[in-house]
Amino acid sequence: MSCMKRLCHETRSHDRLRRTLAVCLRLSRRLLLKMSEERDAAALSGSAQTEGEEDLFVSAMESPEAARLSAEDISPSSNGPKAEPMLLDDDPDDLFAEATEEVSLDSPERQPILSDGPSPVITPVTPVMISSRADVFDRSPDQDEDEEENRDTFDIQISVSDPEKVGDGMNAYMVYKVLTKTSLSIFSRDEVCVKRRFSDFLGLHSKLASKYMHMGYIVPPAPEKSIVGMTKVKVGKEDLSSVEFVEKRRSALERYLLRTVKHPALLKDPDVLQFLESSELPRAVSTQALSGAGILRMVNKAADAVNKMTIKMNESDAWFEEKQQQFENLDVQLRKLHASVESLVCHRKELSVNTASFAKSAAMLGNSEDHTALSRALSQLAEVEEKIDQLHQDQACADFYLISELLGDYVRLITAVKGVFDQRMKTWAKCQDAQVMLQRKREAEAKLQHANKPDKLQQAKDEIREWEGKVQQGERDFEQISKNIRREVGRFEKDRVKDFRVVIIKYLESLVHTQQQMIKYWEAFLPEAKAIA
Amino acid sequence: MTSISEDIDLNNDASLVIDIPDALCERDKVKFTVHTKTTLSSFQKPEYSVQRQHEDFIWLHDTIVETEEYAGLIIPPAPPKPDFEGPREKMHKLGEGESSMTKEEYAKMKQELEKTVQVHEVFLQRLSSHPMFRKDRNFQIFLEYDQDLTVRRKNAKEMFGGFFKNMVKSADEVLISGVKEVDEFFEQEKNFLLDYSSKIKDATAKAEKMTRSHKNVADDYNHISGALNNTAADNNTAFKKHLEKCAEVFEKLRKVEDRMASDQELKLTELLRYYTRDIQAAKDLLYRRARALADYENSNKALDKARLKGKDVAQAEENQKQCLQKFDKLSESGKKELTSFKARRVVAFRKNLIEMTELEIKHAKNSVSLLQGSIEILKSN
Repeated sequence: MSCMKRLCHETRSHDRLRRTLAVCLRLSRRLLLKMSEERDAAALSGSAQTEGEEDLFVSAMESPEAARLSAEDISPSSNGPKAEPMLLDDDPDDLFAEATEEVSLDSPERQPILSDGPSPVITPVTPVMISSRADVFDRSPDQDEDEEENRDTFDIQISVSDPEKVGDGMNAYMVYKVLTKTSLSIFSRDEVCVKRRFSDFLGLHSKLASKYMHMGYIVPPAPEKSIVGMTKVKVGKEDLSSVEFVEKRRSALERYLLRTVKHPALLKDPDVLQFLESSELPRAVSTQALSGAGILRMVNKAADAVNKMTIKMNESDAWFEEKQQQFENLDVQLRKLHASVESLVCHRKELSVNTASFAKSAAMLGNSEDHTALSRALSQLAEVEEKIDQLHQDQACADFYLISELLGDYVRLITAVKGVFDQRMKTWAKCQDAQVMLQRKREAEAKLQHANKPDKLQQAKDEIREWEGKVQQGERDFEQISKNIRREVGRFEKDRVKDFRVVIIKYLESLVHTQQQMIKYWEAFLPEAKAIA
Repeated sequence: MTSISEDIDLNNDASLVIDIPDALCERDKVKFTVHTKTTLSSFQKPEYSVQRQHEDFIWLHDTIVETEEYAGLIIPPAPPKPDFEGPREKMHKLGEGESSMTKEEYAKMKQELEKTVQVHEVFLQRLSSHPMFRKDRNFQIFLEYDQDLTVRRKNAKEMFGGFFKNMVKSADEVLISGVKEVDEFFEQEKNFLLDYSSKIKDATAKAEKMTRSHKNVADDYNHISGALNNTAADNNTAFKKHLEKCAEVFEKLRKVEDRMASDQELKLTELLRYYTRDIQAAKDLLYRRARALADYENSNKALDKARLKGKDVAQAEENQKQCLQKFDKLSESGKKELTSFKARRVVAFRKNLIEMTELEIKHAKNSVSLLQGSIEILKSN
């Protein structure tokens, strides 16, 4: 907070901004804390999903492979991974809208691909991997019951504050203070304060996504990168737009963390705990767009897009079809609503500027007026308009932080939700492919029955057993992911409704406040107008 | 809707009462119905109702401007041309059986119509309340003549005469400021008017921008309301009602905001616009007086020359006497006009500022009760 104040002080010409930001900080923080308080969420009692001592790197090692898993296994039925780089050359932007990743022209503030971090390498699939995850899957029924019982004891507050610039020039970056206050037992202390930079948040999200998305969990998306915004900050421009940018980002990071810990499974995740508690965090190298990991991400997104087009799923469950359609519609509607609110923010800012400009002009007119009483009244009018201009500014801030940013978050969340449905499709496809494979192996074995090659026959029988296992696993996975998605969607819808209800009321209250202030100002002016004689 | 005109002592005098009870917006013209009630003997009938177009008003204004007799008076400024660009296109399309107007476009057109009626009405009422203008022959024709005035208007000479005069006038600021003023009253007025006119022009422009932004915000509320309704359509029952209620709130907010913006426009922006034009009319008076002074000084020089040469002295003396008379007359009447102008301006500002403030308070209070009521409903759901 003090660093923010310092930034504000240095922008001497921006008294208004200082005031406005102070209001917004209070508003946004109060709102977010209230939102997390009012929401019921799964509480956590003892049962941590993963033993706390689990080595970060082991779990991190698992995750890139998990992600690669899907790309590899789809290979029989579509263009293999080798084909993707070629597709990338063919202007991926057109075919694969989802495959574009925002290129961050962040300076090489870190060396690309440190060896101490998780190295994203395509490793061959091993059955062992699948079964270990199966354990995790199987534990979820218990989790359900826990959630139901312990809803009322969710108690965690997170704030992101005090953005501080570290370093100079293009190597500079912002560091934020992350303060966690909680009474939950999985945390080692009641109150923890750590310093994190933006790529740390991205790294956290990347890990969580690769761990949980394929299970059908809706992982809250991280805030977006911004080349322009960050460049201005690095270059040292402490002007209005870069201060606003930092505040916008700080607020987005805070909302991101709150949403992440609201998720009962994610809250217990060791990566999340480490992020919130550990004073040193291994640098998340793989978040850079042009790093090896970044390119791999793009490749995989392209693969996903291709797969989406080629998989024709026989939907046996009408619920999923219905929900997918609903989310498609919701996506369109939210985007429209978001656009309208953004327009409102823009116009209200304009109104504020124009009111200030009119105020100055009215003051000049008052000076020029030779009738004394009228002159005084005009000067008073100018003062009123100036105060009203400030009101408009504050309201525009509320428009933005309360509604516009929330809608933006939800637009991104819906993308995550759609992603989870896609994961289910992929799981289904995998299951199908396994069945096809099994069929082939059986046919091969049948053929070998008549040939006289006992070794090969044995091998064929082994393979059949292997693929029978895979088919079973695939069916289990599919069932599990379907179950998870149902639960996640239910949770998402509940939260969405609650969020909107809370926010709308807060927003209307902000409008009430603005109007009441206006009444005050105009009522003070009225006698001045009447005094013109 | 109270008009700017009520501050002027119009219609106090029942002997000549004028109003524009309605206006018709046709394809690309506005037809005003000018209604007159009079007890004056100079009129043939006690009541008239005629159709006039904007160009008729301009013709009337220009003939008055060019009347030498009125040189010492502040000529009421001509009403600006009705601005229906957007709505006009729509009207055109309507005529051709194409699209229909949305509620918003219709409301905007109505607002524009309100404004233009007000400003044309005030122009006539200024004339009718002035002891000299009300007796003007052309004014009477304007009010009485039950046929189209187009033929009279089409007199090209008159039109061009007016245009030429406007061109010359722009050099006047130099003339006015260059005049060596002996009379302290006029010296003060000159300084005041020159400065004030630029300030009020600026204030008008800024007020216009502010009002436009305000209307944009109201429009956004409208779009948000629509978007919320769309989202509601797809939702389950409980949340759907909630969203529909929110959409309703924004729709109502929009109406209030729109009303706030138009009232601000009518009371503040229109007031400033009007007085920008009126200040210009006062400056025109100063110009005419300065011209007369220049003429007088020239006639003095000519007289001296004539006396030197010993030729045409009587003529020069006569000329000089007339110039002096004219100048004195202009100064005397000018002083009266400018003094009453100031009084009128102060009264108008006072009235409009009070009315605007009261309306803003009223609308804000409406907003608050609407919002608080909605918050209660939304909370209880």
